[in-house]
Amino acid sequence: MTNIPKISLKGLHKEFGKKVVLDSLDLDVMPGESMVIIGGSGSGKSVMLKCILGLLHPERGSIKVDGEETVNLRGNGRKNLQKKFGMLFQGGALFDSIPVWENVAFGLLAENKVTRTQAKEIAVENLRRVGLSPDVAELSPAELSGGMQKRVGLARAIAIKPEIIFFDEPTTGLDPIMADVINELIVERVKEMGVTALTITHDMSSVRKIADKVAMIYKGNIIWTGPRSDIDHSGNAYVEQFIHGKAEGPIQMEILKA
Amino acid sequence: MNFLAVIGRITFSFLQAAGRLGVFAATSLSHMFSPPFYMRSLIKQMMTIGYYSLPVVGLTALFTGAALALNIYEGGSRFNAESALPSIVVIGIVRELGPVLCGLIVAGRVSASMAAELGTMRVTEQIDAMATLSTDPYKYLIAPRIIATTLMMPFMLVIVADVVGVMGGFLIATGKLNFNAGNYMSLTMDFLEATDVYASLTKAAVFGFFISLMGCYHGFYSRGGAQGVGISTTNAVVSACMLILLSNYIVTELFFAS
Repeated sequence: MTNIPKISLKGLHKEFGKKVVLDSLDLDVMPGESMVIIGGSGSGKSVMLKCILGLLHPERGSIKVDGEETVNLRGNGRKNLQKKFGMLFQGGALFDSIPVWENVAFGLLAENKVTRTQAKEIAVENLRRVGLSPDVAELSPAELSGGMQKRVGLARAIAIKPEIIFFDEPTTGLDPIMADVINELIVERVKEMGVTALTITHDMSSVRKIADKVAMIYKGNIIWTGPRSDIDHSGNAYVEQFIHGKAEGPIQMEILKA
Repeated sequence: MNFLAVIGRITFSFLQAAGRLGVFAATSLSHMFSPPFYMRSLIKQMMTIGYYSLPVVGLTALFTGAALALNIYEGGSRFNAESALPSIVVIGIVRELGPVLCGLIVAGRVSASMAAELGTMRVTEQIDAMATLSTDPYKYLIAPRIIATTLMMPFMLVIVADVVGVMGGFLIATGKLNFNAGNYMSLTMDFLEATDVYASLTKAAVFGFFISLMGCYHGFYSRGGAQGVGISTTNAVVSACMLILLSNYIVTELFFAS
């Protein structure tokens, strides 16, 4: 394992109007590591992912992938960088105007490197890897259950053989059993492919299953980082409150009181 | 003081919106003429926008031509000018009513559909997902829609609207108003000039561009879930209709102002 982080964020700052979402955030994710970011709603988790992907542009700070600065990448440089990433979106984000197999093979077809017949074969193989049968390939995304949509989203993320996979709240909206199935699939595929994984979630069962390392984000900054085994005795009051889901503690929810 | 601040804010937000629309239009145009071209997506859009709009455009033109013939006959009879009916119908339909009514109908049908589809894709993160799969949404989503509408309006829909509109007048004139069919067609063809047809097709192409630009722009920048998509759809149709009427005057001025 190399000493250069796969992803390195330094002093990352992003604001929307007067609202500061990321406040000089620092984070390193090493190659092959499965890092899970925990934090409450609105703490900046999704914005951080979108900044790394280039979907949002930070006001300040550095984002390095494999040691290369990426913040100002445009055109082919950005396109080549995107090929390193796969992403499973919170709601699946499947394209509902095309069948499941085209969703899975979308990245391959966009590159024009395979024929449609080959793309379909690859899609069916990737669907099998996430536990879906070939007959699902012809269905429309709207015909799938929430759990199946997540699996198709996972198949789409791994079909392009990325070096880094992002999982945006992969178990949100699923029942506990299906959530565990998705967690298992994530662990299996990440290990099998040897990729670097960055997951954001507030589901502690996902954290305990997926993570090699855990970081907690609060008010746009990483306030604690440590191995998964340390999560239950972190010594950090914020982490303690979050993992036990207590209303009382240093984290105060912004709730308007009547 | 507050009044001035309100004017300033309105002016600033208008300029901001105009600038954003200008950048969107320029970016879309640049992607229309640079590879890769998604032919499958383009053909699908041409079918949806052109072929599937034919019935509504044809019916609108047919009844408009028929009503126009009745009105001109009745109005012309007041000063013994009934014989001018074929020439006024063909000029009225080809220069003005064919392209404008076709544009307004297509704006209602296509611009709304584009805004709703792209808006839904935006709020469900499908556009973000596309970017993570190394596919430029401008190339895959926007360019095919603008090209398809700009081509289908003149070369399919307005040609059909012009022909069917004139036929509507012909049917009423020969079936109800006792015109001789041969004389009617002869007068129609004698009076029609190439410039009338060029103006009609130019208007159609300009309207097609604005219809798709407004549909794509409002959909692409949708925010805030179902309500946001609804607002985008309304804005797309209203702004497309306004631009059609404005550009209709400008093109008419360019072609026919002596």
